[in-house]
Amino acid sequence: MPDGHSHPKYKWIGTRPDRPDGADKVTGRARFGADFNLPGQLVGKVLRSPHPHAIIASIDTSKAEALAGVKAVVTAKDFPEQANLIVPTGEMQVNLRDITRNVMAREKALYEGHPVAAVAATTEAVARAALALIEVRYEVLPHVIDVTDAMKPDAPVLHDHMITEGVTPAPTKASNVAKRIEFKKGDAAAGFAEAEVVIEKDYTTQAVHQGYIEPHAALASASEDGQVQVWSTTQGHFQVRGFCAKLLNLETSQIRVTPTEIGGGFGGKTVVYLEPLAIKLSQKSGRPVKMTMTREEVFRASGPAPGGNVKVRIGAKKDGRIVAAECTVEMQAGAFPGSPVGPACMCAYACYDIDNIHIVGFDVVSNRPKVAAYRAPGAPISAWAVESTLDMLALQLGMDPIDLRLKNAAKKGTKTAYGVTFNTIGLVETLEAIKNSEHYRTPPKPGHARGIAAGFWFNVGADSSAASHVGEDGSVTVISGNPDIGGSRASLALMAAEELGVDYEKVRPVIADTASIGFNFVTGGSRVTFATGLAVVNSVRDMIRELKVRAGKIWNVDPEGVIWENGMAKPAGSNVGDFEPLSLAQIAAQAGKTGGPINGHAQLNVTGAGPGFGVHCCDLSVDADTGIVTIDRYTAAQDVGTAIHPSYVEGQLQGGAVQGIGWALNEEYIYNAKGRLDNPGFLDYRMPVASDLPKIETILVEVLNPTHPYGVRGVGEVPIVPPTAAVGNAISRAIGIRMTDLPMSPPRLSEAIDEATPRMAAD
Amino acid sequence: MAKIHVTTTINGAPTEFLCDPNQTLLDVLRDNLGLTGSKEGCGSGDCGACSVMVDDRLVCSCLVLAPEAEGMKIDTIEGMADGDKLHPLQKKFVEMAALQCGICTPGFLVASKALLAKNPNPTETEVRYWLAGNLCRCTGYDKIINAVMEVAAEMRGAANA
Amino acid sequence: MSEIQYRTAKNIKEAVTLMAAAKGKGYILAGGTDLLVQMKAGTREPGTIIDVKKIPEMVRITEKGGAFTIGAATPAAVIGEHPTLRKAWPGVVEAINLIGSTQVQGRASAGGNLCNASPAADSVPALVAAGCVVRVQGPEGKRDIPVEEFNVGPGKTSLKPGEIVVSLTLPKRPKNASDAYLRLIPRTEMDIAVVGVGVSLAMKGDKVVDARVGLGAVAPTVLLVDKAAKALVGSTLDDAALDAAAQACSDACKPIDDKRGTVKYRTKIAGVLLKRAAMIARDRINGIEHRGHR
Repeated sequence: MPDGHSHPKYKWIGTRPDRPDGADKVTGRARFGADFNLPGQLVGKVLRSPHPHAIIASIDTSKAEALAGVKAVVTAKDFPEQANLIVPTGEMQVNLRDITRNVMAREKALYEGHPVAAVAATTEAVARAALALIEVRYEVLPHVIDVTDAMKPDAPVLHDHMITEGVTPAPTKASNVAKRIEFKKGDAAAGFAEAEVVIEKDYTTQAVHQGYIEPHAALASASEDGQVQVWSTTQGHFQVRGFCAKLLNLETSQIRVTPTEIGGGFGGKTVVYLEPLAIKLSQKSGRPVKMTMTREEVFRASGPAPGGNVKVRIGAKKDGRIVAAECTVEMQAGAFPGSPVGPACMCAYACYDIDNIHIVGFDVVSNRPKVAAYRAPGAPISAWAVESTLDMLALQLGMDPIDLRLKNAAKKGTKTAYGVTFNTIGLVETLEAIKNSEHYRTPPKPGHARGIAAGFWFNVGADSSAASHVGEDGSVTVISGNPDIGGSRASLALMAAEELGVDYEKVRPVIADTASIGFNFVTGGSRVTFATGLAVVNSVRDMIRELKVRAGKIWNVDPEGVIWENGMAKPAGSNVGDFEPLSLAQIAAQAGKTGGPINGHAQLNVTGAGPGFGVHCCDLSVDADTGIVTIDRYTAAQDVGTAIHPSYVEGQLQGGAVQGIGWALNEEYIYNAKGRLDNPGFLDYRMPVASDLPKIETILVEVLNPTHPYGVRGVGEVPIVPPTAAVGNAISRAIGIRMTDLPMSPPRLSEAIDEATPRMAAD
Repeated sequence: MAKIHVTTTINGAPTEFLCDPNQTLLDVLRDNLGLTGSKEGCGSGDCGACSVMVDDRLVCSCLVLAPEAEGMKIDTIEGMADGDKLHPLQKKFVEMAALQCGICTPGFLVASKALLAKNPNPTETEVRYWLAGNLCRCTGYDKIINAVMEVAAEMRGAANA
Repeated sequence: MSEIQYRTAKNIKEAVTLMAAAKGKGYILAGGTDLLVQMKAGTREPGTIIDVKKIPEMVRITEKGGAFTIGAATPAAVIGEHPTLRKAWPGVVEAINLIGSTQVQGRASAGGNLCNASPAADSVPALVAAGCVVRVQGPEGKRDIPVEEFNVGPGKTSLKPGEIVVSLTLPKRPKNASDAYLRLIPRTEMDIAVVGVGVSLAMKGDKVVDARVGLGAVAPTVLLVDKAAKALVGSTLDDAALDAAAQACSDACKPIDDKRGTVKYRTKIAGVLLKRAAMIARDRINGIEHRGHR
C-alpha cells in the first residue's frame, strides 16, 4: 500500500487500497455501455436534422419501413405529448414538454443534430441505409447561435410560447430569454459610492463539452407484457427509469434499468437521449435494440456546457477590502430553457465576504444542443470573470493575490448573496495552504508568470439508499445505487470496513439495478462518497444493531448489554456476564438459529453537504511570436473534508484542473455561418493530451464537514472552477495584457499581443 | 456483401473470422469475437482507446481493416495478463489509482507496454509524448504517467538483478 | 448498396491492374489512417480497396549512391527507425514522424500523406524542401514527378486514372547540408498543422550555398517558396536574410480562415516558423542535435 494513512484514529479511512473493480478495469473485463449485447438484438440509429432551425413539415418513413431488415421506425408521433410542466423526476426538475422534444423533434428541429426519426434494423449497414430512405420535408428558418444575437429584439425566436420569466411586468412578446434571475445582498449602489477603486470588465466564454471518452450507449428489451429492461451508461439509472416512464407512459416498476460501467460523464450522462428511443423501437419490433452514439453525434447532439457573457464590477477600499460587487451573466441554455445560470450567479461571489452584492442572470435559448451539467455547472463561467477581475484589483493595489483573497475570504458565519450562511468551511485554510506551499514560495522561473484563482461549489446530498448483508462466513456485501465513475466503490467499502471493524478486503461493494435497491439520486453534485456514503454507514449501523441482537440471543442477554468493537460483539460491561467476544463470522454462522439472515438497510434524504473551496496556482510561459502557452507548474489545493481514499481525491483535483486548463486554452464549440458545428471530433475539439501538461500537484486540506460522521465533503466539482482564471491570470501577467475571452488559443493570444505591441511602443 | 474469411493469431491463439471488406479490426474484435476490452471512443484514431498491437506495432484498431489481419499477429488487452497474473503495468495502474472511470485504461496499458518494449528507460517527457494519442478525461494523466515511470524503473531493476 | 471489394496486390503491376479495373472507384490502402476515417464519414466511397502493404518495394527503404528511396506504403514508425535516413534527412523524418499519434505512426505512410493531398500534410513541406521526386506507375508505365507538382488542390493529385505512387526518392546530400521541419499546432500533439515549414540548407563555412523552402497549410497546395530560398542563399542566416525570407513566406501565403486558424495568424506564423526552422537546419549542419520527444 503506497503511503501511510493520514488519520491515525482510523484503520481504513485515509488509506489507499486497490479499488474493488480494479482488476476488471485493467484487463478489459469490465463491461461498459457498448459492451452489452442480447440474443436477437437489433441496431438502432438516429436520423438527425442537418438544419439548426427548421419546421418539420412532414416525415415519410414508408420507404425505410419497406427496406428488408428494417424492423421498426419511430418519429415524434410515437411519443405522447407532454404537458408544459416542470415536474420532479427523481429529484431533478424537468419540463416534460421540452424533454420529449429534445429526445425527438416534434414541430421544429431546433439544432443541427436534433433527432427527427430513429430506426431499428438487423445490421448497422441496413439501419444506415434506412435512415437515408426517410424523407423529411424541412422549412428552413433563420437561426441564431450566439447568446448576444439571441437576446436582440429582432432575433429568430425558437419558442413562440416563451415569455421571459422573472420580469415585471411580464413581457407581452415571446423572446429567447427564458428567465431573468436576481440575487441581492446589502446595497450595491451604496457600496460602490464608498469604494476607492472600482474595476469593471466584460468577459466571454464558449460552449465546451464534457468530453467523456465513452459515447452514450443503451440497450433496451421490451416484452409483450409491458415489462422493459434497459442497460445504460448513465450517472443515474433511477433517473433513466424516471424519464423513460414519463416519456413513454409506463410505470416506473415496469422499467428495470441496470447501469453498466460508465466511461466518464462529468454531468453529461445525467439525462436521457437514446434510452426512450431504444425502448420504443424495442416495443415496436419485439426485439432488443442496441443504440450507440458516434463521437460526432456526441458532440452535435449531447449536452455541452454553455458559454456565456459575464459583466463584472468590483469596488474596493485601497487596503483591498471589497465593499461592493456586481455581476451580470447571460448564459446559453441550448435549444430549450434550463442553463446553469442560477448556480453561476450564486457561485460568483461565494468565496468572499462582501456586504453589498447584486447579481443578475439570464437564461437564453439559441439553436444549439440543449446544455447538460458539466462539473460544477455554471460556476467556472462566473469564476472566470470574477477571479480575473480580482487579479486586476490585486495588480492595481499592488497586493499579493492570495493576501487580497484572504482579506475578503468567506468564513464560518459569512452570509452568501443567495441567502445561505456558511457553517465550517475551509477557504482560508486552502488559501494559506497555497501561500505556504513550496510552489508559491518559489518564484516563477525566468520568463514565466504566475496566476492564482479560487473557486467554490455547494456540493449536494439528496436521496440515497443502501443495504448491507453478512454472508454465512462473515464477509460483507454493501449494496448501493450509484454508478461508480471514479472509484466510489473503494470509498464506500472503506467506510463500511471502518464502521464494521472488518478488513477492507472482506467488504464487497455492489451497485444494484433499479429493481434491486431503493432510489438513489444521480452520481453527481459530488454527492456519492458524502450522501451514499452516509447511507452505507447507516445501513452498516443498522446491521450492527441486528448483530448485537443476535449476540445477545447467543449469550441470552439483552441487546443493550452488547457493544460492537473492532468487528466483534463484546459484553458492554462485567455486569453483563463473562463472554468471549463473538466475531462477525461466528455470529453469521449461527444466524439461522438466531433469527435468520442478518442485513442492514438505510434510506435517507441527506442534507448538510459541506461546500468546497479550491485555490489553484499556475506557472506558465507564453511564446510571444506564436501565442503558444506552456504550463510549467500547477498546484491545486482544496478543502476536501476527510479524504477517504486520498488517491482518488487527488485524482479528482488533477482531472478537474486539467479539464479547466483545456477550457482555458483550446476547447470550444465552433459554429459555421450555416449554424453547423465545425469541430465535432477529438481532432479539432482540442482536449489536453498528456504532453500538454506538467505534473498536477495537489494539496488536500482536510477541513472536516461537521454534518458527516467521517467529515466527508464532496470533492469532484470544485477543481474545475479555478483553472480558467488561474491560467488566464498567469497569461495576463506574462504578456501584460488582460485576456477576457475564452479560450485563450494561440491565434487569439497572438492577436492580442500584436494589437497591443504598437500601442505599448507608443506608450 | 460477400464476407471475407480471415485467418489470424489473436493473443497467441489461431483465430478465424468472417468479415465485411470494409469492417474495421475493432468492430471484428468487439462484435464478432467478443473481445470488448478494446473500446471505441472516436472511430477516427484520435483517442487511442482501441489500441492494439499488430505484428508488434502499436496501432488504433479502428484504423485497421479487418481483412488486413490475414496472417498477422494481433495482441489485445485481453492477452496482457499471464493467466491469473496481472502484467506489472496492470498491477501498478490499480495500485497507483491510474484510472478513474477506466474506459481509456486498456488503450493506455497496451500503448504503455509497447513503449517499455521499445524504450525501457523513458524520460517523463518521452512517456507523455508517446501516450499523447491516448486521451484520458478523468485523471489529468498525472497518475498514469507516474505508474508507467514506476513500472519502467521496476522492470529495469528486475532486468539488472 | 454497391459491393465493396478488398484486394491484396502481390506486386505493383497487379496493383496498377486492379486500380485501372476499378474505374475511378479504386483506393490504395497503405496505412489507411485517412482512408478509413473518410470511409466512416462517407466522404470517400471506394468500390475496390487495394492493399499494397504486401508488395515488398512498397514497404522498404533503400539507399543507392547516397539517395534514399522510400516505399510509398512504408509506415512512419519504420521510417523513424532508419538510422542513415534519419542522419541524412532529419527534417523529412521528423515531419513524417509528426503525422498523428504513436498509434497512427504504426500505420501512416509518406505516400499516403502525399496522396491524401491535404494542404496541411506534415510530411509534404519537408519533402518539398528536400527536392523529393515521386515515382508513379500506371497502365502507361512509370514516370517521375517533383513532389511540389504532385498535388493540384485540396484532395486532388496529378495522378492519371490507374496510376499509383510507388516510392519517394530523396536526392544525395552534399556535405554540410541538413534540413528541418516545424509546424504550429495549438496543442503539443494530435493536431493538424495550422502552418508547416520545411527548410533544407547546404552551407559552406557560415554561408548558405543552397536552400529550399516548403510551406504548408497556407494555400490550396503545399508551396515551394523560391523567394524565401533566394533570400537565404548567400547569407550567413543573419537577421536581415531571415527577415527577408520570413517576409517571402508570409507573402506567399494565400490561406483561409477556418476552425484551425485565421488568415492573419497563418500569414504571421509562416514567417516565424521559417526563421526557427532555418536555425535548426543550421544547428544540425553544425552538429547540434534537435530531436523530437517520441
